[in-house]
Amino acid sequence: MNFETTIGLEVHVELKTKSKMFSPSANEFGDTPNMNTNVIDWGYPGVLPTVNRGAIEYGMRAALALNATVSKENHFDRKNYFYPDNPKAYQITQFEQPIGTKGWVEVHLSDGSTKKIGIEELHLEEDAGKNTHTGQYSYVDLNRQGTPLIEIVSAPDMHSPEEAYEYMETLRQIIQFTGVSDVKMEEGSLRVDANISIRPVGQKEYGVKTELKNINSFSFLRKGLEYEEKRQAQILLSGGTIRQETRGFNENTGETVLQRVKEGSDDYRYFPEPDIPPLHIDDDWIEKVRASIPEMPASRRNRYINDFGLTASDAQVLTANLEMSDFYEATVAAGADAKLASNWLQGEVSAYLNAEHLGLADTKLTPAHLATMISLITDGTISSKIAKKVFKEIITNGSEPKAWVEAKGMVQLSDPAKLLPMITEVLDNNAQSIEDFKNGKDRAIGFLVGQLMKQTHGQANPKVVNQLLIGELKKR
Amino acid sequence: MAISKEQVTHVANLARLSFTDEELGQFTDQLSQITDMFNELQEVDTTGVAPMTHVVDLVNVLRPDEPAPANPAERDALLHNAPDAQDGYIKVPAILDNGGTDAE
Repeated sequence: MNFETTIGLEVHVELKTKSKMFSPSANEFGDTPNMNTNVIDWGYPGVLPTVNRGAIEYGMRAALALNATVSKENHFDRKNYFYPDNPKAYQITQFEQPIGTKGWVEVHLSDGSTKKIGIEELHLEEDAGKNTHTGQYSYVDLNRQGTPLIEIVSAPDMHSPEEAYEYMETLRQIIQFTGVSDVKMEEGSLRVDANISIRPVGQKEYGVKTELKNINSFSFLRKGLEYEEKRQAQILLSGGTIRQETRGFNENTGETVLQRVKEGSDDYRYFPEPDIPPLHIDDDWIEKVRASIPEMPASRRNRYINDFGLTASDAQVLTANLEMSDFYEATVAAGADAKLASNWLQGEVSAYLNAEHLGLADTKLTPAHLATMISLITDGTISSKIAKKVFKEIITNGSEPKAWVEAKGMVQLSDPAKLLPMITEVLDNNAQSIEDFKNGKDRAIGFLVGQLMKQTHGQANPKVVNQLLIGELKKR
Repeated sequence: MAISKEQVTHVANLARLSFTDEELGQFTDQLSQITDMFNELQEVDTTGVAPMTHVVDLVNVLRPDEPAPANPAERDALLHNAPDAQDGYIKVPAILDNGGTDAE
């Protein structure tokens, strides 16, 4: 029997507003425990939450960037549950009317095809605090309590773990470029839960789905889904039935494990949030927010291809994250050749970042320095061999490349007036090579260039030396 | 009767409340009367009427995105008022639900 897989993803994104969703506490997780909390975050009786305009606009921005329709009539709802990470005993969310509906993203698959994946809704809500468990006790830090979140719910449009992986990549990229979130999975500002079911090919009804939680990376998402596809198929093939349940992914075994059988949404006793008046969004407001959205990756890629002459694959790599894309544009703006800047960023720079486990911002490299270094190569001031030393210096110590090259005497020797006497000397000492050259042995040139490089400690410009050498050889 | 004792027990459990049998009977009666009244209201034809979520005539009460400075005195007072605290954390009995939940 052949099965078709159906996957839908629920993604939580923390918004990087300055203050919290419903209270003016600073939105800074990681400070002194409970320092960024107040009576509203602690759910004291009689307090009144107020909505952060910035969070609403970030939500609108994300909705528009994901091609969703912004709802004009909005209200918030209460979701009731007891857990120490949220002392209010309810989460304020949008259950009835999400701020964005019916969006889509286009993903690129490895076979070269593209696919549109629907987004059913995007709603605003608040994050919970953080528990740390030690022995008999749990320790609660409410700094994260009330951080604005958007939850993005995809349509069940994905049919393979690869599509789910690519959807996450695309979503992460788009959200990052809107500037509303850092979308870092390792820091929890991006989280994903996956719903997956399988059904015999041709069957109309979806199969019973399981939900995958506690996934810490995109590749674990893919592995967990691959495991779940197989697990469900084995159960069905052996005549069993799938149970609707929540499963976690075990990174060590690569298996999914049962966590709990899910409670129904009735148990959350949703009702309209009485403390917060409705939110009306008019066309003017939507257009203002739309105008504030920064340029999206697809548009940047087109510009790189059309204006800078890059290949589609170069453009893809450079726009994989905002930091790299911004750095690239600043380097070109600082006067660097667009193709060479692309090569350096994808080559030496990326290799360095990977080896050192750093982000661009963690290094001392600046776009201006990279641009200067590239122009030192193109105008022949330094050789590409020397450039590697210069690069190491400017990325680790932040030196100005031109000044450093001059101070270290690394400037390439290109002046014929200085090179000619040396060439004459080399030729005078290597009569055999001149003979070889005249007999058509081109290798002789290589040997002579090598001699000259040796004499100049690698500083001679090989291109100039080559030209001069051939001219001189022909004279003999 | 519109509401059963089991339903009241279930809702009480969700709200972390426990009742004596006598209270349970009493609340079952009262809640039934309330739902009966809503059933009566349901008879009004509301076709084409948008659901109302608020009775107060206010919309768009928003606050600018400006953080208030941290207030160590308020934080200390809040921690002092917690049943137990340690190193600036609220201390609670261990929660055995798979290591904590993020917002869903």
